[in-house]
Amino acid sequence: MTDETPPKHSPVDPRLLEILVCPVTKGPLRYDREAGELISDQAGLAYPIRDGIPIMLPDEARRLDG
Amino acid sequence: MSAPSPTPAFAGPFDRRLLARRRARAAVTVGRAAPLLDAAASLLLDRLDDTTRRFTRALDLGGRGAVAPLLRARGIEFVVSADLAPAMAGVAGGLPVAADEEWLPFAVGSFDLVVASLSLHTVNDLPGALIQIRRALRPDGLFLASLPGLGTLQPLREALAAVEADLRGGAAPRVSPFPTLQDGAALLQRAGFALPVADLDRLDAAWRSPLGLLRDIQAVGEQAALHARDRRIPPRGLFPGALARLAGDGPIVAPLPLLILTGWAPAPDQPKPARRGSATVRLADALGVEERRSGDTPPR
Repeated sequence: MTDETPPKHSPVDPRLLEILVCPVTKGPLRYDREAGELISDQAGLAYPIRDGIPIMLPDEARRLDG
Repeated sequence: MSAPSPTPAFAGPFDRRLLARRRARAAVTVGRAAPLLDAAASLLLDRLDDTTRRFTRALDLGGRGAVAPLLRARGIEFVVSADLAPAMAGVAGGLPVAADEEWLPFAVGSFDLVVASLSLHTVNDLPGALIQIRRALRPDGLFLASLPGLGTLQPLREALAAVEADLRGGAAPRVSPFPTLQDGAALLQRAGFALPVADLDRLDAAWRSPLGLLRDIQAVGEQAALHARDRRIPPRGLFPGALARLAGDGPIVAPLPLLILTGWAPAPDQPKPARRGSATVRLADALGVEERRSGDTPPR
């Protein structure tokens, strides 16, 4: 083991990542491990992951600028 | 390009944000009303015994800890628990996801079973939610739901309305509206489910006192979350008056009429009704009897 630092965010179960889509566009999501977010490029929204639970609520998503 | 608005244009009768807050709070108290939720869940999942199908991937929508363990006990390994409140999803027992039934975040064909036990009655856009559920199902996947039917909490509704009318000369909606059997069948059909069935079942529930009933409603986060609710502080005598009217301090029996919905995601090899007028043999010939007019005249 070279990397002793625990991950900053608790990871999401990979079986969940396989089936989750953006609730607004039903398009694919990008998993940003560093930020602990699931990003929908189509909708311009980033869904947070808190305590390993993906928060797939449009109201709670961070709006991506640009 | 602007992103689609995350807030639906159609608001509907239920305040979903208030509901999310209540469910989050209820995540720590839901165990107090567990017997009722467990009974409702097992009554619903008994329907699985009617089919020989084996399920492997299930979605538990708003099961609040009552549904996912039962699905696991039936040998389904992959169970996802979705709830409007992240905290409630976390205690539900499956792989947790915070999701809104009106904005389901699951890819087409993710599951072969979707179970919603007492959770769809506060969805504003129920037709939209059902369509999304159907899409999340694989072909020939099963959707199983129970909703509180018309008549749920009727004694409470009447007692509150009567006492409030006495105190204030008018009544605010304090209990949610509930759908009828006909609503259920029509909704399934509209959402494109095959072999849709809506029927009524009943859960007999009793509480030691009317106050116990109100406490359970609170424990599961089921206080009416209506936009049209009266935001003023209720008149001082309202709840004591209504409770006295219900049963004093004695036990209260409040049967819970359950509207059960079952529907299958369409698949090519499912049985289907024949197209109207497509018969090539007379019914009378098939039965070996003489064809007679019924003599009935259509009602006017």
